[in-house]
Amino acid sequence: MTEALIDIKGVKHAYQTQAGPLPVLDGLDLSVPEGGFAAVVGPSGCGKSTLTRLIAGLMTPDAGEVWLHGQQVRGPKSTVGMAFQNPVLLEWRSILKNVMLPLEIVPTRLSRRQQEDRARKLLALVGLEGFEDKRPSELSGGMRQRASLCRALVHQPEVLILDEPFGALDAFTREDLWQTMHRLKAEEPFTAVLITHDLRESIFLADEIVVLSGRPAHTQYVMDVHLKGPRDLEHLYTRESADALNILRHQIQIAQGRAPETEAAE
Amino acid sequence: MTWQKVGVPILAMAIFLALWELLVWANGWPNYKMASPSDLWPAFWKFRELFFVMGWDTLWRTVVGLMLAVVVGVGLGMVMGFSRVMRDALYPLLVGFNAIPKATVVPIVALMFVGQHDFNTILIAFMISFFPIAVSVSIGLSTLEPEYRDILRSLGASQITVFWKIALPKTLPEFFGALKVAVTLAFIGTNLMEIVSPHGRGLGALFDSGKTNSDYPLMFAVLIALAFLGIVLYYIVVALEKTFAGWAERSPT
Ligand SMILES: Nc1ncnc2c1ncn2[C@@H]1O[C@H](COP(=O)(O)OP(=O)(O)OP(=O)(O)O)[C@@H](O)[C@H]1O
Ligand SMILES: [Mg+2]
Repeated sequence: MTEALIDIKGVKHAYQTQAGPLPVLDGLDLSVPEGGFAAVVGPSGCGKSTLTRLIAGLMTPDAGEVWLHGQQVRGPKSTVGMAFQNPVLLEWRSILKNVMLPLEIVPTRLSRRQQEDRARKLLALVGLEGFEDKRPSELSGGMRQRASLCRALVHQPEVLILDEPFGALDAFTREDLWQTMHRLKAEEPFTAVLITHDLRESIFLADEIVVLSGRPAHTQYVMDVHLKGPRDLEHLYTRESADALNILRHQIQIAQGRAPETEAAE
Repeated sequence: MTWQKVGVPILAMAIFLALWELLVWANGWPNYKMASPSDLWPAFWKFRELFFVMGWDTLWRTVVGLMLAVVVGVGLGMVMGFSRVMRDALYPLLVGFNAIPKATVVPIVALMFVGQHDFNTILIAFMISFFPIAVSVSIGLSTLEPEYRDILRSLGASQITVFWKIALPKTLPEFFGALKVAVTLAFIGTNLMEIVSPHGRGLGALFDSGKTNSDYPLMFAVLIALAFLGIVLYYIVVALEKTFAGWAERSPT
């Protein structure tokens, strides 16, 4: 019995490689309440994508437990939606048909008409109205990523897993998409886990930021973001945000093994 | 636009035939050295019924052989594309098999299945053409980015569903690229059997009878007929590609 929608306790995982087992996660804890938005940051290659695959049930951990909505995860669940750095849209389908893809897998009570309305509503919400019948190759990188977000949400998942979805975009497009995320969050009842390399992004989007240590990763630091709910870009330039950014930057340096932990108090 | 698509190739062909005629005429070559285009039509007309009967034999056996190559090639490609172990096991075998010149296989096949001409011809057409299909399908499947799999697998979709919805359509452009090579190869395979191990059927046999009777214009006419059939088969594959994998073609803007 837990209150958190996502509850990860003491997860350990190692990959079997030719050079022997490679421990990637070692004692990772993460807990996100229903409707919460957690950002996970950490050094490159520390096991963040591995964590998303564990939450999605694509892999099971060697030790520890992953719980979603009071049920232990033992395999893939249709209550999860995923988006990656690569939008992975299907070139042979229109944008609308791409967004509707999960509805072909997940059992749904919606009629064909309602499914299409749902997809169109999401596309309008992310600013892609009028592009429903275009092919992915006709869209810009930012627009493709928007479509990919719609696809991750179309089946109304409880959990939205985002693995650096804005990582490959230019700074302005990225900020646009941050605001789009807030708009989606206001309309859709998901609980989110966002993997990112961008500390400003984590502060702008999340209510809880988790810093992972270097590989093998454990939960090194958890920060509650002082802002709740939708926010403006100006909030990134306040005193509180600057302080929070500083602390996070310092934690990342520790995770990278570049700063002695004793300095953390300075 | 369409005029250009149809007119330019026809014009190119006319110029080619005119140059050929000119070359033979200017050098005063006799028929046994090089027949000229103006000799071909009478040769064709004299044996027109044979051309249609033999051409049909060549055509249907090539197509059946090719369809067999598609079924087996896609099957092998799937097995190799999805399983590392199978890829490691089968790849050297296939490469070795493909390296054997098929002209040496023809007499062996002809001896193994004496008298079953249709079967033999189809078998050679199949053997010579399944390799590129198997390789392209296996590469297409094994290079599928894991994220493509994950978007469906994370929803609980089975491997089969991932194959039908994503892996298969994503591999179609590679498949058709290989099919264009395979259709030409299958055609060569059919003719190889018909010429090397003649049994009186197919355009290859007609070519062979032209040889025994020293009917040189007939031999050249058969070559032209073969080229014509080859073009037809090739463009049928191109049309299929446009229908099923046209999305892979970027608009030239
Ligand atoms: N399937 C696999 N087999 C073996 N090793 C793997 C596999 N997947 C990942 N790894 C290794 O595990 C480690 C963690 O990988 P993971 O992708 O989870 O890191 P990450 O934190 O997402 O990295 P990045 O920030 O670069 O996206 C890496 O060192 C990687 O090389
Ligand atoms: Mg990653």
